[in-house]
Amino acid sequence: MFSAMLSKKLLFCVFFGLALAVSSGDADATTLDQVKQRGYLICGSNPGLPGFGLPDDNGNWTGFDVDFCRAVAATIFDDPSKVKFLPLTAKDRFTALQSGEVDVLAHNTTWTLSREAGQGLLFTGVNFYDGQGFMVRGKLNISSALELSGASICVQQGTTSELNIADFFHSHQMSYEPVAFATSDEAVKAYENGRCDAFATDSSALYVERAKLADPDAHVILPEIISKEPFSPAVRQGDDQWFNLVKWVNFVMLDAEEADISSANVDDKMKSEDPEARRILGVEGNFGEGLGLSKDWAYRIIKHVGNYAEVFERNLGEGSPLRIKRGLNALWTHGGIQYAPPIR
Amino acid sequence: MLALSSLRRDAVLRGVAIQVLFLGVLALLVYEAVATGLANMRAHHIPVDFSFWREPAGFDIDQHLIPYSPASTYGRAFLVGLLNTLLVAAIGIVPASLLGFALGAARLSRNFLVARLAAIYVEATRNVPLLLQLLFWYNAVLEALPSPQRSLALPGHVYLNDRGLFLPAPVFAPAAVWVLVAFGFGLFGGLACWFWAKRMDSWRSLAVLPVIAFPLATYFAIGQPLGFDVPVLKGFNFSGGAKLLPEFIALLFSLVLYTAAFIAEIVRAGIEGVPKGQGEAASALGLREAEARKYVIIPQAMRLIVPPLTSQYLNLFKNSSLAVFIGYPDLIQVFAGTVLNQTGAAVPVMATTMAVYLSVSLLTSLLMNLYNRRIAKVQH
Repeated sequence: MFSAMLSKKLLFCVFFGLALAVSSGDADATTLDQVKQRGYLICGSNPGLPGFGLPDDNGNWTGFDVDFCRAVAATIFDDPSKVKFLPLTAKDRFTALQSGEVDVLAHNTTWTLSREAGQGLLFTGVNFYDGQGFMVRGKLNISSALELSGASICVQQGTTSELNIADFFHSHQMSYEPVAFATSDEAVKAYENGRCDAFATDSSALYVERAKLADPDAHVILPEIISKEPFSPAVRQGDDQWFNLVKWVNFVMLDAEEADISSANVDDKMKSEDPEARRILGVEGNFGEGLGLSKDWAYRIIKHVGNYAEVFERNLGEGSPLRIKRGLNALWTHGGIQYAPPIR
Repeated sequence: MLALSSLRRDAVLRGVAIQVLFLGVLALLVYEAVATGLANMRAHHIPVDFSFWREPAGFDIDQHLIPYSPASTYGRAFLVGLLNTLLVAAIGIVPASLLGFALGAARLSRNFLVARLAAIYVEATRNVPLLLQLLFWYNAVLEALPSPQRSLALPGHVYLNDRGLFLPAPVFAPAAVWVLVAFGFGLFGGLACWFWAKRMDSWRSLAVLPVIAFPLATYFAIGQPLGFDVPVLKGFNFSGGAKLLPEFIALLFSLVLYTAAFIAEIVRAGIEGVPKGQGEAASALGLREAEARKYVIIPQAMRLIVPPLTSQYLNLFKNSSLAVFIGYPDLIQVFAGTVLNQTGAAVPVMATTMAVYLSVSLLTSLLMNLYNRRIAKVQH
């Protein structure tokens, strides 16, 4: 009887071990297949930056990056609501993307070499050109960041802001006291309490945070832009088709603005004679196929979400409380540097 | 030869064989898991080695006990964070213990008010989560402090404001090394005095004399080679002098007050755990109450106090990781926060951090257990 027990245990152990050894990684399903099978897109978003990503009381997310994810969902499922937003902090956003927890990361993330080459990510294209600035109290009567020698600066930890202020102060031989917090909210609160003299972050976020303060007019945003902060959505390396898909969602929204196609007139444009409109909307050619999408991939995006101008104005521009000017983010034909490759 | 039939007959051999087999399968599973994990991470370009250790960090740290700049490596940033954590833990242990012992004794006091107040303090502090207490001390204290331009000026060039506590820092001239040498001689002399006094059965406290006298004499003989770097308000902040961050003070405060409440209860339990007969026997022998406490009760109570005290010290050390919520640059904030995010090397960074906490905790419990063994009851 004993030998039966021993051999049963032995057998179990051996089979268990073999099973684990044999079960190597699962089949190489592409990200697009996984998303289609799941039925919705999972998007890594910033839960606390009005204008870029913010859930309201009912859990509805709004924002510039949020709309980008909705555009990706619209082009795959013809339904911009088939997307789940995963709130991520600056600390865990890359790990979440690398590990497969999210399909695409739209988190006002600055495109840098070390992030792309060193962390296995691919940035799909700049959707917002920004730069870093400083906010100080108006009564200090400071008009330039060069007068900040010896100041205490509140900053969010783990962001390029922390690195940029180190570069800025050291290259100008000024001393400063860095105070780093895990979230932007804590950093702003410390600034408001007087723990720091200045708050440093991306210039678009500065406008947002200033609007949230108790007395916005008592604070000024200094004119210096001390760094380049090109925001871009990101995907994992190793899936070229998914990379192309996400990349061209951004480009087609810019091309649509250039071709004067918006959500208001997209149905009329379907009947237009303009060759560019016909190519974009899929009336001519089948450009969606190479991306794994249908012929009307761009029509879906523009109809449900809008072109770049609409998304910008709605979240960041005149249609929002932030009123950020297009500036660098205008089309190349209008004095900005947003330039997308053509759909052909 | 080891035939399978002998396994059937010999129980001990059987037990060993099964355990060896089990360990083998376990090792195989662990190896497979680790190898698969590493392979997957490499395929996804997630950094799995320590190559980032020697790269420049690029960010500044506000409080660094060793020289540090953005051009320093990530490895150096790790050391800075580690030293900050050890600093707050080391400085916190002594006041927490003293306060804890005092509170524990206070709870046993026959004075009604003292005992009740101590009880209220202990109950209140133990039952509120440490994070809330930390945020309370940080925000409440910070709000109350003035800006640097309106600092609280204390005697001796000490300034208190919401950027920190600024103290004059001692600056030693090169000649001051002789004072250090004299201090070394003084220690030797003091030790010699102590043993001699013990032999002669004379006052052992005389030994303190050489320890103080030698360095003091040398100091004045050389011409007082000690200057002070006084903090001076320059623009936004004070420059010069030594600075204690408000984050450090808030963390220290809340850790000490919180841990002291737990230590108080341990001390109370220890003292009450000594059999009542001991106290009665001591007074029967004619010992005064203070002497009875010092020679009879406390030594026996320490046997009961030391083991739980060890875990409270470990808790204090581990709780210091809450520093991340107020921006104090400890190991978690600097290494498992900023460095982790800038390099993306999640696994090496977290593994190192856990290894550090594990080693320090094990070392602390080892030392405490050595002390425990010395005072433990000798069973005959």
